[in-house]
Amino acid sequence: MLTLDNVRLSYDDWHLSVDMEIPAGARVAILGPSGAGKSTLLAAIAGFLPLTTGRILWQGQRIDTTPPAARPVATIFQDNNLFPHLTAAQNAGLGLRPNGRLSGPEGDRVKAALARVGLDGMGDRKPGALSGGQQSRVALARAILQDRPILALDEPFSALGPALKDEMIDLVKDLATEREQTVLMITHDPGDAVRLGGSGAIVADGTVSVPVEAETLLSDPPPELRAYLGER
Amino acid sequence: MNRSLILALGLLATPVMAQDKPVLTVYAPDYFASEWGPGPAIETAFEAICECDLEYKTGDLLPRLMLEGDKTDADVGIGFTTDETRRARETGLFAPHEQDVTGLTLPVEWDDDVFLPFNWGHTAFVYDTDYVSDPPASFDALVDAPEDAYRIAIQDPRTSISGLALILWVKSIYGDEAGDVWEELAPKILTVTKGWSEAYGLFSEGEADMVLSFTTSPAYHIIAEGDETVKAAIFPEGHYFMVEQVAKLAGTDVPELADQFMGFVLSETFQSLIPEANWSMPAKLPADRLPEGFQQLEMPEKVLFYDEETAFELRDAAIDEWVAALRR
Amino acid sequence: MSNTYRSFGLAAAFAVAALVGGTLLSAVSVSGGLSALAPGDWAAIRFTLWQAALSALISVALAIPVARALARRQFPGQRLLITLLGAPFILPTIVAILGLLMVFGRSGWLNALGGGLHLPEFSIYGAHGVILAHVFFNLPLATRLLLQGWQSIPEERLRLAQSLGIRGWTLFRLIEAPMLRAVCPGAALAIFLICISSFAIALTLGGGPRATTIELAIYQAVRFDFDLGRAGLLAMMQLAITVTATLLALRIAIPDSMGAGMDRRITSSSRDGILPDTLAIAAASLFLLAPLAALAVRGLPHVMELPPAVWSSAMRSLMVASASTLFCVLLSLAIALAAAGGGRRGVLAETLGMSALAASPLVMGIGLFVLIRPVQRPDLAALPVTALVNGIMAVPFALRALIPAVARVERDYGRLAASLGLTGWSRLRLLILPRIRRPLGFAAGLAAALSMGDLGVIALFADGESATLPLQVYRLMSSYRMDQASAGALLLLLLSLGLFWICDRGGRKDVDA
Repeated sequence: MLTLDNVRLSYDDWHLSVDMEIPAGARVAILGPSGAGKSTLLAAIAGFLPLTTGRILWQGQRIDTTPPAARPVATIFQDNNLFPHLTAAQNAGLGLRPNGRLSGPEGDRVKAALARVGLDGMGDRKPGALSGGQQSRVALARAILQDRPILALDEPFSALGPALKDEMIDLVKDLATEREQTVLMITHDPGDAVRLGGSGAIVADGTVSVPVEAETLLSDPPPELRAYLGER
Repeated sequence: MNRSLILALGLLATPVMAQDKPVLTVYAPDYFASEWGPGPAIETAFEAICECDLEYKTGDLLPRLMLEGDKTDADVGIGFTTDETRRARETGLFAPHEQDVTGLTLPVEWDDDVFLPFNWGHTAFVYDTDYVSDPPASFDALVDAPEDAYRIAIQDPRTSISGLALILWVKSIYGDEAGDVWEELAPKILTVTKGWSEAYGLFSEGEADMVLSFTTSPAYHIIAEGDETVKAAIFPEGHYFMVEQVAKLAGTDVPELADQFMGFVLSETFQSLIPEANWSMPAKLPADRLPEGFQQLEMPEKVLFYDEETAFELRDAAIDEWVAALRR
Repeated sequence: MSNTYRSFGLAAAFAVAALVGGTLLSAVSVSGGLSALAPGDWAAIRFTLWQAALSALISVALAIPVARALARRQFPGQRLLITLLGAPFILPTIVAILGLLMVFGRSGWLNALGGGLHLPEFSIYGAHGVILAHVFFNLPLATRLLLQGWQSIPEERLRLAQSLGIRGWTLFRLIEAPMLRAVCPGAALAIFLICISSFAIALTLGGGPRATTIELAIYQAVRFDFDLGRAGLLAMMQLAITVTATLLALRIAIPDSMGAGMDRRITSSSRDGILPDTLAIAAASLFLLAPLAALAVRGLPHVMELPPAVWSSAMRSLMVASASTLFCVLLSLAIALAAAGGGRRGVLAETLGMSALAASPLVMGIGLFVLIRPVQRPDLAALPVTALVNGIMAVPFALRALIPAVARVERDYGRLAASLGLTGWSRLRLLILPRIRRPLGFAAGLAAALSMGDLGVIALFADGESATLPLQVYRLMSSYRMDQASAGALLLLLLSLGLFWICDRGGRKDVDA
């Protein structure tokens, strides 16, 4: 269980208050208008932003005071997900060993992770020589190797075409199911929430709504979401 | 903070020392001890007679001695100029030279018992006859010449000894009118350099028609280059005398050696090395012993010189006058 | 940003400041206190500030079209040209003055050409000459710093602009101007500070006492009056100006928010503005290379006449330069890591690091002499001390190249690194060093070349056996040997350029592979 206990995030005169619990293994899509604080919320959970007040707990243990790398969270960013000067295998390998020095068996695990995301034999390529979808796959391979119970994704596939994006979300879903991971994914497309097959939470007006099953959310949108989606 | 680092680096640079001969430490200006100065030949000649090791330490001679005070390693300091001796004397670091100064071949009387002269020359404007066909015949002629007659490179009196000598030269000829003279000269002054080398460089490269240098400068071109076109303009008003001196440190730990060196300075061996290594006149060498190139030099008949007290009193006001005239 | 970096960086910055401040204090301590400024000193301070500000502004303004052209165009020999264009910056002043005069002087190439066309004679002497010379020296530095700025604009950004049909002025305003806003203040600051301590150039080309700078007043106080109290006070004013200017520039500079790219090279396919680009490159090349060519023409015939002492001093200079470079790179990397983290401590580290620019070499030399003498014979310490001081003097230039680069890496990849737990040595090895190779190579090349050409403190310490090449050139000039001096100067120029090229090249090799 991921608990956000009376969390408040402030920046100048902007505020976001969250008080919610996300069960382990849940897949939550985070929706909402630009600037509402979706990325800020994720950054706070991943450890890039100190809380103004409140606590974050994972399975009852407080995590909001530990540095990002020590949190149970693997993050995939909107961009700059890979180091351009390192190969795909080296990038993925950092998920296993932050000093980049892999033993033989660890090297095999990196190969297996790349194979799992469909990049068999492409370990030696640098990001510049990979397509956008392939770059996302490398980041996912790295997340596999990080082996954290929570996977946080900040619109990682927004630059991909619709078919490719669906393919990637399916991959995330499969990986999370295999590993019983909790997924938090920011998206601006409610369709993605449905595709992810979990619940959806709306960030708007300085607060975050309680996650509701994605299908329900879409068929009977609450006012905040309706405002975001527009009349249709 | 970096003391131990400096120490460590310094130790790396320490050569292996294996010698039991006494060492005579001579502080000298950089040019003196360089491969192209008189230092190396003098060292060889002295070591042949002294059973000792002569070591030069170069840098700014007087500032360094003043920094080190009575803790200095120097036994002898060589290369003091007349503008420095007054301040040097005040430090009380030096002992009388106790040398016989009769028979000096200086154009002025010498009775200083601390500073011993070893070479001299005069300030002069040097030009190349290939480029300047009508050199000024007198200082007056130079002052009165049209604005575009000559482009002269001089040295800054605030940073250069020859530059200061020029100021005193003008003062000694024109006295209270020196300021007006500088205003007349100002348009003809191409530029002012930090030291002699830069100004002479401008002259050598053809940028300046004339350069403030010494009456002995043409000797270099005659002897080393076989070029007789470089001349010093000789003025009947007289030329300012410049002399370099040597002095013994009172606190030397090898007084006999230091005395021996002071005696060596006026020896014919030492003095005959001066002309072609220092390109200046030796302080004690009969004219017929001079190299041929020096014998053919034109020398002024009248010599101008202020003693160190008078020079010191005139100096600051004369520099201000110069600055004011050239600032316009 | 990890705290370890901060501590190392602050320690390195304090080491630089301690050397600058400590030597100043120890020089003043000898005199027993500060003494009053002379009346002329205020005029010197005014002239110093005026010429430095103008030189900085003009150098940076002229560098913009040149760097832009070099960034956008690709042509054979471009890298060689970029290296050559950097040469004036690393020339010893005395050599550069002669080179400039051979072109712009009274009997220089320009007037020879103008005379043929019956144009009135051009005189380089005067305030405009000082600024011309300072621009000659510093345009290369400004160009290189701005060029790095252009190279930091991701290709993706330019392609996006192209696809949106953004061109010309709009492209400049939207993409290039924000980068310039971030890079220019730092470049102008560096040049302003270099020109603050100018002395021989200002005097010679300024044509006399009109062009008296603070450094000349310091020189006069030390050499002529042995008034270390006054020299100390003047040196403190220089330091105060430097610190003020640094803080001001840090306030003006706004970090650009370019975002990261994928390391693809910029290749301008646009035919837009090819004429102005060509003109900018041609004009800069002519201006910067003609004096070098003049020096080469002058010195080449005499290279074989160089005595052995000059060759051995060249070896010595190469060794000193290598040591200085290592020293400078380690110090500036540490400071850049701390400074790039921003915050008050970042500003402190950067300001302290930049303080080396304000150091008067003469005062620093005297201070070191006073400090070292009780511990070690100064003449034996001459080469290590020269290596140390030259290394530290190059720190500010290295910082100008490294700080923006490290800041960019932190901005683009800081979060990713933090989420992966990349810290300490691993972060340096896996992330920062590979991402800053280019500026690091440039910084090392600069340090090497500057150290090679610096006359610096060696003159106060050297004995006959430890002369460096610049000192040897000066000695040749002092003994009428202008031909050999010109050959020595050419050798110095070639060696400095060679060192710079090797380091700079090392930083660029395979950078995009």
